Amino acid sequence: MSAPLSSVADPTTANPTTANPAAANPAAAEAPRRRPAVIELRRISKIYGVGDIEVHALKDISLDIERGDFVAIMGASGSGKSTLMNVIGCLDVATKGRYRLAGTDVGNLTDDEQATIRNRRIGFIFQSFNLIPRTTALVNVELPLVYAGVKRGERRDRAIAALERVGLGARIDHMPNQLSGGQQQRVAIARAIVTNPAIILADEPTGALDSTSTAEVLSIFEELNMERRTVVVITHEDEVAVHAKRVVRFRDGEIVSDVRQATIRGLPPNVSSPAHAVRSIA
Amino acid sequence: MNLESIRMAVRGMLANRMRSALTMLGVLIGVGAVIILVAVGSGSAAAAAKSLEALGSNTLTVSAGGFGAGARGGTQSRGITITDNDVTALSDKTQLPDVSAVIPIVNGSTSSAASFNGASTTPGSFIGTIAAYSPVRNAPVTAGRFLTDDDIANHNEVMVVGTTFAKNLLGATANPNALLNEQVQLGSQSLTVIGILKSKGSNGFQDQDDIVILPESVVRDFYTGNTGTVSQVIVQAETAAATTNVQAEITSLLQSRHTGSTATSFRVLNQASLLSTQADSNRTFTVLLGSVAAISLLVGGIGVMNIMLVTVTERTREIGIRKAIGARTSNIVSQFLTEAVLLSLLGGLLGVACGFIGSHFTIVGVKPVIETYSVVLAIGVSLAVGLFFGIYPASRAAKLRPIDALRHE
Repeated sequence: MSAPLSSVADPTTANPTTANPAAANPAAAEAPRRRPAVIELRRISKIYGVGDIEVHALKDISLDIERGDFVAIMGASGSGKSTLMNVIGCLDVATKGRYRLAGTDVGNLTDDEQATIRNRRIGFIFQSFNLIPRTTALVNVELPLVYAGVKRGERRDRAIAALERVGLGARIDHMPNQLSGGQQQRVAIARAIVTNPAIILADEPTGALDSTSTAEVLSIFEELNMERRTVVVITHEDEVAVHAKRVVRFRDGEIVSDVRQATIRGLPPNVSSPAHAVRSIA
Repeated sequence: MNLESIRMAVRGMLANRMRSALTMLGVLIGVGAVIILVAVGSGSAAAAAKSLEALGSNTLTVSAGGFGAGARGGTQSRGITITDNDVTALSDKTQLPDVSAVIPIVNGSTSSAASFNGASTTPGSFIGTIAAYSPVRNAPVTAGRFLTDDDIANHNEVMVVGTTFAKNLLGATANPNALLNEQVQLGSQSLTVIGILKSKGSNGFQDQDDIVILPESVVRDFYTGNTGTVSQVIVQAETAAATTNVQAEITSLLQSRHTGSTATSFRVLNQASLLSTQADSNRTFTVLLGSVAAISLLVGGIGVMNIMLVTVTERTREIGIRKAIGARTSNIVSQFLTEAVLLSLLGGLLGVACGFIGSHFTIVGVKPVIETYSVVLAIGVSLAVGLFFGIYPASRAAKLRPIDALRHE
């Protein structure tokens, strides 16, 4: 029983919480000229340490991800895929290079502006769920809306809608430790989508889940992607990658392959018909 | 610090109940200690001031001898003996115009035991005096009557007793007034109780209610012999302002009447100056107690900072999560600062409650008196402690980069 979010047509501009015109306007201005990539990475390098112990986690990476795509970023541990995710998610800044997110050059932003970007444009999903402990599912999901300045009543309604969307409408008052791993990850997904972000950024989202929960989480991702949301999944599991429209492989901080498995406008490769994803996950 | 950050801080505190309770305990003890110790200090000051005021602030006590009661002699100048003639001279209005009353006091033997219906006791103080003692020393009776001039003139074998003395004979739970009109054996003599004195309580040195007061003439007849001397003279000045003047006049009068005497041959105690000395020492006492309590409040504050630092370290991951989903630096600062302030404010209010409860009990013989300033000060300081010791951990928490905070295990 999936309840659609309030607006799904274009998450980038329909985001009702957008209060920062500077962040929103460049995307609107560029729109007629060329279909802009929602993520534009240009010659990105990330170097940890200095001198002899310098580690090049990312070496001169350029990558565009268009709106509505479902991208799996694959690679072994230490290949730089997590660093890439941190850069894309504005959790970390690149040492060199330019990164534009929905038309905004992230490198020029202050800490608080980056916080706003994370809040409005990105929904994070982590391998270890990263829910706030000893805090109910509802409060966890409400939290991004608190920081967005959404009023209490609306916040609650939207958080409940998001939890119902992931099939946890009956468990809104449960603490994280009263939920299974799969349920916790679904709470995390509800928290990621409650602000109606343009990009869903997932770092090994199924790494800590059993196969049933993995299937549930992946089908939610497919659904979200069918709503024209951009989904970027960092993974090392091929079972996850087969669900993506595009697979980018990393090795030693460099892109070694970039394979398109389905068109951006089409359905995700593992979905045979639109009805396939519309199923009960409760 | 808006409603949202308060709500969030309350959630944070509830999520870590044990730690929050321990933090509050530190502040609670500090604040409670400040309030109770200051209350004890001012309570003892109030008690001492009351007992000195009971003596009358415009009275002077003239006692024979140098240091200590009675003529000790020795290497210091020999004390004089105050005679009935001295008392008459002190009462001379032409020489001492500012004196309104002169009360001679003859101390009876303190070893005279009293007995009544098989019970016996030795009065803490046993004095012989005149009728004017009652108004000058502020010693009214609650039952019966005080000595009259007739009692003194007629050598009536009567006495007025304090409530403790009466209870010592009647039993602790008895009504002291039951002793009225009874015959009590005091030493070798049987006397009629004609009055019960109003209770005055302790003056910090002795129980002022363990007393028997007889006519001066009767004490001389049966206990001290008619030596023509008195133990003490209480002189009341017309006004409190005149006491210093009267003190000087008495000193010069007695020196001129006793050849060879010096200023140390007798003592003229001014109650007003005693009062101010007492007030000074009490203030010192209160300040001392207050600073001990202030130190405990400071320690409580450092406890808050310590707990907040531990909290920040333990909750680094949580801070990372909050930042990842869009918390600004100011959101994090206000959450942790609000937590610190709420913890210390709640601890402070509980401490005030404990202070009020604790001040209802008598502590080391003192009935504490709560001072408004100490309550205001304690709450103010606990708030300041929360703000001051909360800022550092909060800013440390907020400055973390989201990725560093998230990676923290």
